[in-house]
Amino acid sequence: MVAAPRLGAGLLGCAGRQLAASVAAGVLCAALGGPASAAASDVGVVYLSLDRHQPTPSTALEPVASDTGLRGAQLAAADNNTTGRFTGQSTVLTPTVSRDPEALVVAFGKALAAGQRLFVTDVPAGLLLRLADSKGAGDAVLLDATSADDSLRGADCRANTLHLLPSRAMLADALMQYLVTKDWRRIMLLTGRGPGDGLYADAVRRAAEKFQVSIRTDRPWRFNPAAQQADTGHYQVNDEVVKATQGASYDVLVVADEADNFGDELAYRTDAPRPVAGTHGLMPEAWSPVMDEYASTQLQLRFRRMAGRAMTVADYGAWLAVRAVGEAATRSGSVDPARVIAYMRGPDFTLSGYKGPELSFRHWDGQLRQPVLLADGRSLVSVAPMPGFLHEKNDLDSLGVDEPETQCHVK
Amino acid sequence: MSREVSGSFCKKRTKELLISWRALQNVPRQPDKSFLVLFFKKELLFALFLLWASPAFAFRIFVSNEKDNTITVLDGATLKITATVPVGARPRGIVLSQDGRQLYICTSDADHIEVLDLASLKVTRVLPSNPDPEYMALSHDGKTLYVANEDNSQVSVLDVAEGRITSEIPVGVEPEGMAVSPDDKVVICTSETTSMTHFIDVATHTVDASVLVGTRPRFAVFTKDGSRIWVSSEVAGTVAVIDAATHKVLHTVTFSLPEVPTAAIQAVGINLTEDGRYAFVDLGPANRVAVVDPKTFEVEKYLLVGQRVWHGAFSPDQKFLYTANGISNDMSVVDVDALEVTQSVPVGQAPWGVVVAQ
Repeated sequence: MVAAPRLGAGLLGCAGRQLAASVAAGVLCAALGGPASAAASDVGVVYLSLDRHQPTPSTALEPVASDTGLRGAQLAAADNNTTGRFTGQSTVLTPTVSRDPEALVVAFGKALAAGQRLFVTDVPAGLLLRLADSKGAGDAVLLDATSADDSLRGADCRANTLHLLPSRAMLADALMQYLVTKDWRRIMLLTGRGPGDGLYADAVRRAAEKFQVSIRTDRPWRFNPAAQQADTGHYQVNDEVVKATQGASYDVLVVADEADNFGDELAYRTDAPRPVAGTHGLMPEAWSPVMDEYASTQLQLRFRRMAGRAMTVADYGAWLAVRAVGEAATRSGSVDPARVIAYMRGPDFTLSGYKGPELSFRHWDGQLRQPVLLADGRSLVSVAPMPGFLHEKNDLDSLGVDEPETQCHVK
Repeated sequence: MSREVSGSFCKKRTKELLISWRALQNVPRQPDKSFLVLFFKKELLFALFLLWASPAFAFRIFVSNEKDNTITVLDGATLKITATVPVGARPRGIVLSQDGRQLYICTSDADHIEVLDLASLKVTRVLPSNPDPEYMALSHDGKTLYVANEDNSQVSVLDVAEGRITSEIPVGVEPEGMAVSPDDKVVICTSETTSMTHFIDVATHTVDASVLVGTRPRFAVFTKDGSRIWVSSEVAGTVAVIDAATHKVLHTVTFSLPEVPTAAIQAVGINLTEDGRYAFVDLGPANRVAVVDPKTFEVEKYLLVGQRVWHGAFSPDQKFLYTANGISNDMSVVDVDALEVTQSVPVGQAPWGVVVAQ
């Protein structure tokens, strides 16, 4: 077993060395999975990531990064440790990245046995529940850095799990608030075949009802996107999009295509001239490389300098997770996981997320309340909650599932 | 469906929405011309006489404009722009030299400090600063500049005469606010992401104490007697008043503006009157300057100024406060005795800092 890399100085984490060596290796960093021998002032954080197959993007413009999430966690550990110079606390990040879910389950068990209690996860919903329900995980905390599943915040919620990124419900609410503000209240919904696409579409339907936006047409997208790569394929794509959007009367085309199969092929090709929003076009997102308000330029530059690429939503989620641990350790003046967890869940905890207001966890479902950006690929369009969407306790709770309607009943 | 956020609820709140929207969108106030005419009719000759008879009373106002890379120079008596001086990229923090003849300018994106000669209005020297200098403080003998390097978590100590960095002091993430104690023994640095106020021992150049304050502390200023430090926190929207001897937070000033979204209440610049009467706290995108009683820490009044008010400076007689408003591209003039905004003067693009020099 190799000692975990210390992230304070060099930022040379698991990814830096391992990814350079071999991206194709089945188990990237599992060898580094063991927890470090902890010093009295160390805050141990175990990062678990399932390296999933990434579909070929629809454009070659954007490089595919294989270390999303991890780099955000590493930057946050470095940020924590800059502060740690003055508190004597040190965040020790131990990453395990693997293509094998079983390897992550094993790494999780070993870390628990070694006394680790603070985990940051980048895994799908099923695996997250498996980890959360593991024996001995009851007094740990799993900081879910990358999922948007509403079920994990609802009927399938777990008492030992917190969620850093906005749920699909929050994203859809943000988009609907914007459409209401613009008085673009008639939408057409076009949904892909992926499992995430259906969940995204469900969130849009729920949000449309909540904010009195009318779904005039609700259609599946069936066309095989491969045509776009063929010579003259754009004629065929154009025809298909015209067909898919004909006979509908609407203001905005809302697309649900989380797997990035066809969303980029809609704008300018619709039958009627209509803007595109949703997973493509005007996107509600936790984070965007175009964001430069609320001093976020500093975070964007820090990340670019470290990772050599723009900060993705997954990086932002993992950054929030490790920063939440650091902030709770600083403010509680303790590195004891039990006290760190208690502070993180307590009423005094707040986190600065470079999006304006202070962020905190909703006590009813463990969701981090936060503004949602509305951006296209080149500019920030707006930030939800939109002005005027008020809430009796915290305007950020106008986004997503509120306390009276929560289906999370685990305390 | 949650009742709080339903459509009908939103409609009911339309009036509040409009009020808050207008509050955020307020146009810069135009100069009150009738007042000026009256002033000039009655006082013109006397004012001219004063200007002629005692030129020492004349003063100039310097505003750094971070987007068009200029310093706007205004005449203190007439508030007319007398010069617009091009400087390096992204001028933000500005500080007057001890003899009042030079202006030190943090040109953040140029990664150095420029020295503007106030007689010729020419940049005469370029001082090293390390990357991304955002704000700085000058020792009272005028020999040492302490510079916050926002991008690399350190304070650079600059020997002004030699133009040489003599020391680099590691601090928290995104340092910005800088202040030197009246006795020159302590330098304060606030680091925004670390949410700390660092006490740096000038003799050893080490951080002696770090005090946790509200999220994103941006600015620090000592009281005249050096006993306390006022520190503004941008995201928390609060001001911490810290005891200089014990390093304890004595009081946290909070702000409440029902017509402004909470996120827009961001405490940034602070100006303390020398007589201890008022603390003026610039509230960023709330477009207000809060007037705080330093004895009770209560907010006495909120003054509507231009959009995204960053920093301010007093006139030499402390009768007026001038604020740089980053979004409306103007400078507001606050009458300190009347506690009223009397004028707004268009300056450059994205004004950030203000300095007054006689």
